[in-house]
Amino acid sequence: MLRREDVAHVARLARLTLSDEELDLFTDQLAQVLEHASDVAALDLEGVEATAHPFGLVNVVRADEPQPSLDRDEVLAMAPDVEDGRFAVPRILGEDQ
Amino acid sequence: MRSAGEIARDVREGASSAGRELEIALSAIRARNDELNVFLYVDEAGARLAAQRVDEAVARGERTGPLAGVPVALKDNLCQRGIPTTCSSRILEGWRPPYNATVIDRLVAAGAVPVGKTNLDEFAMGSSTETSAFGPTRNPLDPTRVPGGSSGGSAAAVAADMTPLALGSDTGGSIRQPAALCGIVGVKPTYGLVSRYGLIAFASSLDQIGPLSRSVADAALLLEVIAGHDPRDSTSLPEPAPSLRDHLDDGVVGRRIGVVRELIDGADPEVVASVDRAAEVLRAAGAELVPLSIPELRLGLSAYYLIAPAEASSNLARFDGVRYGLRVDADDVAAMNEATRTAGFGAEVKRRIMLGTYALSAGYYDAYYGQALKVRTQMIEAFRRAYREVDLLLGATTPTVAFPFGSKTANPMSMYLSDVFTIPTNLAGEAAISVPFGVGEGGLPVGVQLLGPGRSEARLLAAGRVLELAEGRP
Amino acid sequence: MTLPDGWEMVVGLEVHTELKTRTKMFCGCRNEFGAPPNTHVCPVCLGLPGSLPVLNERAVELAMAIGLALHCTIAPSTFHRKNYFYPDMPKDFQISQYDRPINANGYLDLIDHSRVGIERAHLEEDTGKSTHLGGSGRLHGADRSLVDYNRSGVPLVEIVSAPDIRSSAQARAYASELRAILIATGASDGRMEEGSMRVDANVSVRRAGQPYGTRCEIKNLNSLRSLQRAIDYEAERQVALVESGEVVRQETRHWDEARGVTATMRVKEEADDYRYFREPDLVDLAPDASWVQRVRSGLGPLPAERRAALLARVGEVSEAQRDAVATVIDAGRDEVVRGAIDRGVDPALALARAANELESEGPAVSVDAFAETLLMEQRGELSATQSKAVLAALAQEGGDPHAIAAQRGFERLSSNSLGATLDEVIDQHPDEWRRYRDGDDKLAQFFVGLVMKATRGQADGKAVIAELAARRG
Ligand SMILES: [Zn+2]
Repeated sequence: MLRREDVAHVARLARLTLSDEELDLFTDQLAQVLEHASDVAALDLEGVEATAHPFGLVNVVRADEPQPSLDRDEVLAMAPDVEDGRFAVPRILGEDQ
Repeated sequence: MRSAGEIARDVREGASSAGRELEIALSAIRARNDELNVFLYVDEAGARLAAQRVDEAVARGERTGPLAGVPVALKDNLCQRGIPTTCSSRILEGWRPPYNATVIDRLVAAGAVPVGKTNLDEFAMGSSTETSAFGPTRNPLDPTRVPGGSSGGSAAAVAADMTPLALGSDTGGSIRQPAALCGIVGVKPTYGLVSRYGLIAFASSLDQIGPLSRSVADAALLLEVIAGHDPRDSTSLPEPAPSLRDHLDDGVVGRRIGVVRELIDGADPEVVASVDRAAEVLRAAGAELVPLSIPELRLGLSAYYLIAPAEASSNLARFDGVRYGLRVDADDVAAMNEATRTAGFGAEVKRRIMLGTYALSAGYYDAYYGQALKVRTQMIEAFRRAYREVDLLLGATTPTVAFPFGSKTANPMSMYLSDVFTIPTNLAGEAAISVPFGVGEGGLPVGVQLLGPGRSEARLLAAGRVLELAEGRP
Repeated sequence: MTLPDGWEMVVGLEVHTELKTRTKMFCGCRNEFGAPPNTHVCPVCLGLPGSLPVLNERAVELAMAIGLALHCTIAPSTFHRKNYFYPDMPKDFQISQYDRPINANGYLDLIDHSRVGIERAHLEEDTGKSTHLGGSGRLHGADRSLVDYNRSGVPLVEIVSAPDIRSSAQARAYASELRAILIATGASDGRMEEGSMRVDANVSVRRAGQPYGTRCEIKNLNSLRSLQRAIDYEAERQVALVESGEVVRQETRHWDEARGVTATMRVKEEADDYRYFREPDLVDLAPDASWVQRVRSGLGPLPAERRAALLARVGEVSEAQRDAVATVIDAGRDEVVRGAIDRGVDPALALARAANELESEGPAVSVDAFAETLLMEQRGELSATQSKAVLAALAQEGGDPHAIAAQRGFERLSSNSLGATLDEVIDQHPDEWRRYRDGDDKLAQFFVGLVMKATRGQADGKAVIAELAARRG
């Protein structure tokens, strides 16, 4: 059964803030969906291959030939904050992976 | 109303001009867009320029494409260079992509005139356009009701005669369901037939771009233009666009068509009656109708609501306030990401992101996502078995006709159930078409659905054409 | 360094190497170090909505070349998404290979004849690069970070060794041999300082015969020397911890080169949950036998084989010559050295000159030109200085060594004109001559210098000394 803590944990992983009311509502709604999905979860599918892709294409590659990149001004014009030709973000806490 | 094919012919032959066709479209849009909220953005200047180029080419006696001068509406999850592209989400408000989706390049190369961007459920997550951050689109046939979704704006644009053609995208029924609810034709092509490059992904292994149109012939015309291998999409089928218009009048003589119980059960009586009548029409036209049951299809909805949100949770991670779109400031970057996403996404998108994150997370992956992928395998095998017996399948597109605003928003599960007949095709990567056939509650249109294996578009369109002709549409 | 009696270290290395392709892994942007920020970016490597990846064929082939050189099995493989938020990762997931890597189960034999297992060598994409502003310039205390996505999507191969390494010297030998292989296969330029080859070390300690201890991952190892020092430090730290009754905590540690210590970077968290799943925008990779064979036949002899062939001609080598051998192998100049030796050049001379004098971005120097230059030097037709100058010219623009020598006026002075010049110099410096004649040998170099100056370097130093000695009687 989906618990409120599970929803809170998932929201953290997905970088979403939920109010207490949202947490209650979403817990309830997601539990319903998972309840509906319990038919899938309950199936005995031992030995069945997983399909992540509808078709069995393989080895789709491109030649190692340079193509034009975007114009930097156009790229940076999209950005909320820019400094020195780069995308600026507030400080990074913790550490990289 | 002339068909897209007739418009292109008139433009090529000088009986009309791209400029004139564009003005017809723009005035139709002006007349009803405030009421219906179909277009989020109308690119008058760009469209005039595109129309002018077509007219100049015609004047110079150059060959123009099969869509010469035909105005086309684009679902606002297709990237168009320099044109606001929002996915109906606050998180992308103001973003102008620096590149074109492949389908847009192909439209323009075929002489089409893109007129603007249509409303959708936020990130294509919904079946009514009610999750759009910019308000719902109203059904042109009954403005108190939804047009369906997620390509509700594109379906409404065609149904309201604003443009003869529109592009939508179909992840679990998002072309066919609004086509059915708006009384027009919608095609979900075989996965890989149309390039996804420039389509803002909802669920990458299920998404396909496809046509919405008033007639089967116009759907074939538009699909021929946008289909065919694209080296920018690794999942694109390695072959040129199929010939479709040549087979429109192939009919159904000798075809075996399975009438699938699981694609009818639970539908409104008028909807069931329409499917029965469609079966009769096809039989009268020379097809052999076979009752079929494919029990695996019943698991489609559950599998879909695990797979699609899982992929979406990852596809939508990039909306983090760093490179484009909305940013809500905060002291550190993680807090900024979170504030931005919390403010930028609507409730349905958050619900699906969380559902998908949960389905993929440690400890639940095997029970949910992993299991859903196996169900997908079973679904594909079940279809394959069915197609050993029959050529095509017949069922309803949706269980009901267009429903009133607000009737399903309180309970997400009830909204999800409106995709129950369309989802299996996406899971299997196969093709299907919804054709308006008969009416239901309140005189609103009903859509019947024909399903076929991968690359069966020509057969599906020919069968759809039989139904269309039987309804007295030329 | 040795650990206290009864202890042993267990080390596994994870080496990330950037592949030397022309373009990035999934788009046509240039894979080029040092361009102005955000100039090699496009919708794909910026992760713009709607963009899709398409795999670079050359990256696959370089990955296979690495795998073949490491005796791996090349198997059908898939790509996964590793999901986590980080600003230098534009999609907020990394495309990597997970449970089905392209290469698995290989090994690498080291110079000391030990063998280290290779668990896997898989393809993945690189991230962009953040610069941290304010504070110390390091991450902690920075007010703001700036992101450049030129590196985003550059192809990487991550080579994961088995935990077979038992000393820091062995770790160094492994990294060094692996580096030689990466260079030899053309997969990478192996520059640790520039980050094109990055080494992380997983270190744990145990009492002999006991199960593995808790391991720590050490990052920021920018040279082979820091790799070796960091492993020693870390193993000692862990032994000291355990011996004082404490426990080793599983964490990522940062090597501080200046202070010579490792320090906690981040503790492994329960919350790490990358939600790996198959990348739906890419299809499977299943190289068939003919593709693998094509890559295999493009592989030249590997460093170990080339080293053996070189040593067979050079014979016994000193410690300094060992470095020269490594340089020559990495630079691919071993064939030139072998050829020169076969043509009669002294092995030590050929090795030294090839290691030190052929550095250039220009054309490779031919065996003939190299050998001929050194033979001229051996015959005394060129001084050492002149020989080096000719080699430098060959390495810059190629050409014929005789012509270069002639053009520069590098003709050996006849002994008559050398004698005349020396007489002149002695006349001008009578005091120094007297002191030299009285036994102050140091002054010989003084006269050599003057003669060199007077002849603009054409004199042979050894000949000058011989002449001086003859005059002293
Ligand atoms: Zn790029």
